[in-house]
Amino acid sequence: MNFYGYHRKNGAVGVRNYLVIMSTVICANEIAEAISQKVPDSVPILHPQGCCQMPVDLKRVTSTLAGLGINPNVGAVLLVSLGCEGVNLKELEKRIKNSGRPVEKLVIQDIGGITNAVNKGVELANLLAEELNKQHKEPADISNLVVGIKCGSSDTLSGLLTNPIVGLTVDKIIESGGRVVFGEVTEMIGAENHIVNRIINPEIKNKVLGAITNIEKRAKSIGEDMREGQPTPGNIKGGLTTIEEKSLGAVIKSGSKIIDDFIEYGEQVRGGKLTVVDSPGREPELLTGLAAAGAQVIIFTTGRGAPQGYPICPVIKVTANPRTLCKLHEFIDVGFDVNENIEDINSVFDEESNKLLQYLNEICNGKQTKAELNKYNKFINIYVTGPVI
Amino acid sequence: MSKAIVMNEKDNVATALCDISEGSRPVVIGFKSKQGVVVKSDIPFGHKFALSKVSENEPIIKYGEVIGVSTTFIDAGDYVHVHNVESLRGRGDQ
Repeated sequence: MNFYGYHRKNGAVGVRNYLVIMSTVICANEIAEAISQKVPDSVPILHPQGCCQMPVDLKRVTSTLAGLGINPNVGAVLLVSLGCEGVNLKELEKRIKNSGRPVEKLVIQDIGGITNAVNKGVELANLLAEELNKQHKEPADISNLVVGIKCGSSDTLSGLLTNPIVGLTVDKIIESGGRVVFGEVTEMIGAENHIVNRIINPEIKNKVLGAITNIEKRAKSIGEDMREGQPTPGNIKGGLTTIEEKSLGAVIKSGSKIIDDFIEYGEQVRGGKLTVVDSPGREPELLTGLAAAGAQVIIFTTGRGAPQGYPICPVIKVTANPRTLCKLHEFIDVGFDVNENIEDINSVFDEESNKLLQYLNEICNGKQTKAELNKYNKFINIYVTGPVI
Repeated sequence: MSKAIVMNEKDNVATALCDISEGSRPVVIGFKSKQGVVVKSDIPFGHKFALSKVSENEPIIKYGEVIGVSTTFIDAGDYVHVHNVESLRGRGDQ
């Protein structure tokens, strides 16, 4: 797979070239959004974290925001800080700068008010935009690509048809030299056998099993049956009965290759061909985990129809549910045509995965996903494990 | 023609690939040995029915793995879902 992308100074290649206006804390969101509205083609990153949290979570928010700032699709960053938050602004700025990207910062409490902050922010963002416009697309190939994988609003067909096709696509991406990252550790509960069989390195095996145990322990500590939370009411309507059934269908999307790395939430994919990122299943947190890990594109399988994309990554929505495709074609990118040919399932899976690879290639070359066209990509979150204090 | 799919030889449930009406005998794709079950109620698209009798508190198996346990006796052809199966995982209530 060849495409034209934006080559960054740290060696990464973006499939998009975003000027990001990044709020460092919930209290700076409005200013970051106001600046972005006045700077054409800029993208705001707004979130509800960054203050009055346990130190471990503040570190995680800082490293996750840094991960988003150095995502290969990001060309330049304006940091918008309130000035009194818990996020480590110096560290955040340093990490983005070290990647070779142009970065500027704005501290609202120092600059004096909303109007001054927005005006200064627009000025700085326009300067960054000039830098960004100097960058041009150059040839790249699949070895430059990290693809994130996610399933959402699943039904039973997700596990039976959609996820196996994406799993086959993942195998093909890895065989051609690309890298893949997936998370949703909650949706490994009950599917441990299918994960562990694919991990050779004992240290990675222990880390993945530890992450599954931790997330189940946290859920159990509330003292309730997690059903309704996971699987969700929508999953249950779609035919999924228990978390174990959901998990067994979910892990199929990661294909059949060896899982050769495990990273914490907020960390970046290293040399591993197939990496697990410690993360929950919910979209706003999981998509952030994949983007911070360095995924340039995300393949998102859906059963009942999940609409959302992500501010800095094209998110490709796929389904093998013909009813969902027909009803929700407005936000589904690729429909897999399986039902009529189900007896010859292997050749159908092969054909449909090739269709998805072709679409992925087009998206890498600049074609817009449905979520990008719909601008359904504004609300994000960062996964934290401690209380707000 | 109504169809259902079985993922693993060990499975004791099949998943409907279309809405299946009570009293019909869907074609089960995946394993020839799993044919011949008459469903005892309407099975919605994407939902499951039992391929054999399951006693109370016995494992429900799909993908060759335990996906939960029966909370009551389930007959071959019965609709299998949250009304007669519970999870073994994430149970802070137990």
